[in-house]
Amino acid sequence: MIRDYLVFLWRSVRLSFMGGTKFYIWMAFLTILSLLGLHAYSKQFAEGLVLTGMTDQVSWGVYIANFTFIVGLAAAAVMLVIPAYIYNNKHLHDVVILGELLAIAAIIMCLLFVTVDLGRPDRFWHLMPVVGVFNFPISMLSWDVIVLLGYLILNVHICGYLLYKRYLNQEPTMLFYVPFVLIAIFWAISIHTVTAFLYVGLVGRPFWNAAIVAPRFIGSAFTAGPGLMIVAFQLIRRYTKYNITDEALQILRQIVTISLLVNLFLLGCEVFKEFYSDSGHTSSARYLFFGLHGHDALAPWIWFAIVIEVIASIILLIPYLARQMWFLNLACVLAFVGIWIEKGMGMVVPGFLPTPLGEIVEYFPTGNETWICIGIWAFGLLLFSWMIHLAVPILSGKFYHYTKKT
Amino acid sequence: MTEQQKQNLNETESLDQKTRQPLSRRSFLKIGAGTAVSLTAFGWALSPLANLTEDISLNEFLQQHYERLTPEMMAEIIARLEDEIKHDYGIDPSIQDIKPLNGVEYAYALNIGRCIGCRRCVYACMQENNTSRSPEIQYIRVLELEKGTLDLEKSSHYYNHKAVPQKDKYYMPVQCQQCEKAPCTKACPVRATWKEPDGIVVVDYNWCIGCRYCMAACPYWARRFNFTKPVIPKEEITTEMAYLGNRIRPRGVVEKCTFCLGRTRQGLYPACLEVCPTGSRVFGNVLDPDSPINYILNEKRVYVLKEEAGTVPRFYYFFDK
Repeated sequence: MIRDYLVFLWRSVRLSFMGGTKFYIWMAFLTILSLLGLHAYSKQFAEGLVLTGMTDQVSWGVYIANFTFIVGLAAAAVMLVIPAYIYNNKHLHDVVILGELLAIAAIIMCLLFVTVDLGRPDRFWHLMPVVGVFNFPISMLSWDVIVLLGYLILNVHICGYLLYKRYLNQEPTMLFYVPFVLIAIFWAISIHTVTAFLYVGLVGRPFWNAAIVAPRFIGSAFTAGPGLMIVAFQLIRRYTKYNITDEALQILRQIVTISLLVNLFLLGCEVFKEFYSDSGHTSSARYLFFGLHGHDALAPWIWFAIVIEVIASIILLIPYLARQMWFLNLACVLAFVGIWIEKGMGMVVPGFLPTPLGEIVEYFPTGNETWICIGIWAFGLLLFSWMIHLAVPILSGKFYHYTKKT
Repeated sequence: MTEQQKQNLNETESLDQKTRQPLSRRSFLKIGAGTAVSLTAFGWALSPLANLTEDISLNEFLQQHYERLTPEMMAEIIARLEDEIKHDYGIDPSIQDIKPLNGVEYAYALNIGRCIGCRRCVYACMQENNTSRSPEIQYIRVLELEKGTLDLEKSSHYYNHKAVPQKDKYYMPVQCQQCEKAPCTKACPVRATWKEPDGIVVVDYNWCIGCRYCMAACPYWARRFNFTKPVIPKEEITTEMAYLGNRIRPRGVVEKCTFCLGRTRQGLYPACLEVCPTGSRVFGNVLDPDSPINYILNEKRVYVLKEEAGTVPRFYYFFDK
């Protein structure tokens, strides 16, 4: 049995390097970008966080912004899992593993974004339970470490088990995956809730210290995640000839539509509360939307995000348009980019401004910081493409275990 | 069998066979070339590591949390730190792990009616606490406010007049408030920052991972981060150093005001108080009924900054002539 597994691993390694010209070009492109990112990180590792645009005033920047956004992508896999496993939706059964693989890639990207943000990456082991000193359950960041690692392990187990069983051409044993799938559903919600609580728990930052942050995170995650899947699944369908039904995409479309509207509604609630009450605590929101005391670096970005999110919802709300793939893809891309701005930089930076002592210092990521981000995104895509490259032949029965010719 | 099925079968056979065939001579060559290219690219990507400014020894890497250190381990660590500082800064430091005193809880009060905004406290603090001069790290921020407002957003942080105080302005220095219910210690995922029995919130600079979550958590903007290795001219370094206090920090960790614990735990006043020309600053042990701080807390109308944050600061403000 172990021998079979080793053979499977060996053949998978070989399969990883077999593909058409397009496959090689795509993977080489992502590898080069990843290496450029690694190069930038090596510089930062050698010289310190001084190479970023962060300051004592804005002490988190584009790393934590991307981290927050991508936790949402990971959590969104649950929107495939629930219909597929709980309601036994046939169309989604073929794609649910692809969604979970996306979650695996996303969690690894999250861990990378946190790591590059550390001032002392050499002390990462202090964060590990038992050998380090883990401030659990007091620190929300210690919760985040647990839920992210837990979610990664759950998804690696579920995907690994189901794919290997398919490779062996055996029926998976319910006991070995169904309980984990059920746990993973709650766990997915928890990773994004805990990430929101990182911000919500901070009494000194009124912009974040609001109960609406967690629901907004969930709403935007279930827009951006399935939106990405709609586009990714069409690409996979085109380049691998893996059978993904239009019905599956239409279910995802409905999820994106509803979530985007919920997200915009919650954004509206927040805007009303901030600006109608117009108290001293409104400064961060005022900085974000209109600029404060002549500082308005984020204002054009947030308005751009809101405009494209509104365009996306209009497309999605007109069934005639939304059923055409071209328009649907456009809406998904717009929603994805809009949410990336809105809950990335648009959420993290204004929380710091004005500072608790009323100072405004604008934050601009440096070139090196940007390259590190590009590198991590490219590496995440590389990882996802590689997993798809292995999973699709297994799922479609083109890569399987056999011993004797029958 | 349809055409489609036949084609599928062919594809299946070919994929399956490809990964089962023994590696050919040609593929060995390919693997060799591929490995060479990847190693070169990888080596290039990692090349900036050659400029590593801070060397991390194995002992430093494996150093345990402050609470887990025995006196012997502490002695070893201090010897190592002294060596490092001597090597890096060219001075002979003396580091001590100064423990809190029994029966002592500190509090601080600042008379806003008297403060003239001269910033002498800011510079005395830098000198005593060995904070980086480039980029400059200061623990105390003096806010210049218009009379009639406490709106910090209207405060001026970088005022630069020929003379202070300016007419119709008042001055409010802000530093770590050593909160009883400190949000920063709650935030830290590795307990690298905690409240000592005498009320001082400290950081173990050799345990901090540099995540800066405590900085986000602080409602008083009292914490600073070492984005680079601190740069301090040799002649400006205070050589008497406390392990949890003013020793020169490594790069990549958070630091903050510690009420000059190296001085105050040995019966001296904090540097900021000692330098103040107006006598606006009052410091002492609240558990001692005869201390000046108790007199202020009992006799003057004191208040705390951002009381609504609920952090119960040990730093009080009052107006008096």
